Amino acid sequence: MKLMINGETVDNVKAGTVSELLEELKIVQGRVAVEVNLSVIKKTEHETFQLKDGDIVEIVNFVGGG
Amino acid sequence: MEDSFVIRGIEFRSRLWVGTGKYKDFDETRRAIEASGADVVTVAVRRTNITDRKSENLLDFIDPKKYKILPNTAGCYTVADALRYSRLAREAGISDLIKLEVIGDERTLFPDNIGLLEATEILAKEGFIVLPYTTDDPVMAKRLVDAGASAVMPLAAPIGSGLGIRNPYNLKIILEQATVPIIVDAGVGTASDVAIAMELGCDAVLLNTAIAGAKDPIMMAAAMKHGVIAGRLAYKAGRIGKKLYATASSPFEGML
Repeated sequence: MKLMINGETVDNVKAGTVSELLEELKIVQGRVAVEVNLSVIKKTEHETFQLKDGDIVEIVNFVGGG
Repeated sequence: MEDSFVIRGIEFRSRLWVGTGKYKDFDETRRAIEASGADVVTVAVRRTNITDRKSENLLDFIDPKKYKILPNTAGCYTVADALRYSRLAREAGISDLIKLEVIGDERTLFPDNIGLLEATEILAKEGFIVLPYTTDDPVMAKRLVDAGASAVMPLAAPIGSGLGIRNPYNLKIILEQATVPIIVDAGVGTASDVAIAMELGCDAVLLNTAIAGAKDPIMMAAAMKHGVIAGRLAYKAGRIGKKLYATASSPFEGML
């Protein structure tokens, strides 16, 4: 499956759900927020939310700011 | 000195709030925040690095159990963007607090108050605790509260400018009519600026660059901490009135 993640095209994604995607990218769950096609996916839905080919995914976290 | 204030049921023990941007590294960020005594730290919401997973996470250095994390919508120029960042921030974090910024101009980073008002109303309805960053306009401050703001954050001067409190009289009017906490946000340069804000009666001051950009950020963080304490005490103590002519401090009686 091909996804657009944080503005980059990522080929051959094996993950089916948001949880699996975070695991595949080795991102620690809990400190990030995930948006798929402009909708925020709640943490409680990460395990069940199914991704599909061509989805636009944004994964964000907190950085230094004022 | 226990002197806390409350925003929507959340108790804030520190009247100095600090940002986490522009530091040399996360260790310096952590040490500066510790020296400042702040219990609130602001953060920005940005894309996670998906290729280099070794990069350190800010929250490894700033314990969310010890500090209240206040996400901002810095960099947002439209209502839609500010809403998007706010919703992501709530999902990434642990609270409904949002420091709402809708920026209207690149050079001054002054807020777009029309967009700010609109975004405040929408987010307040969604249950956010909205702390809007606004100009030092008393009418705007009122309108923001009417729209659901839980506190108002008027600027002292443009973000990162270090110009200090440019319009203390407007701040005074904002404070006089305030029904929510007023937190001066942005533009202070040094400890005396912070003290002035507190002497006016502001509930707290939020700053970032004044500490992070100082030659010795850790020492400046301590200076800011003392500036806030000095200003707050002076406000509570009640300063003397200003007079044009002198009043002698030593008695006439007993003079030769």
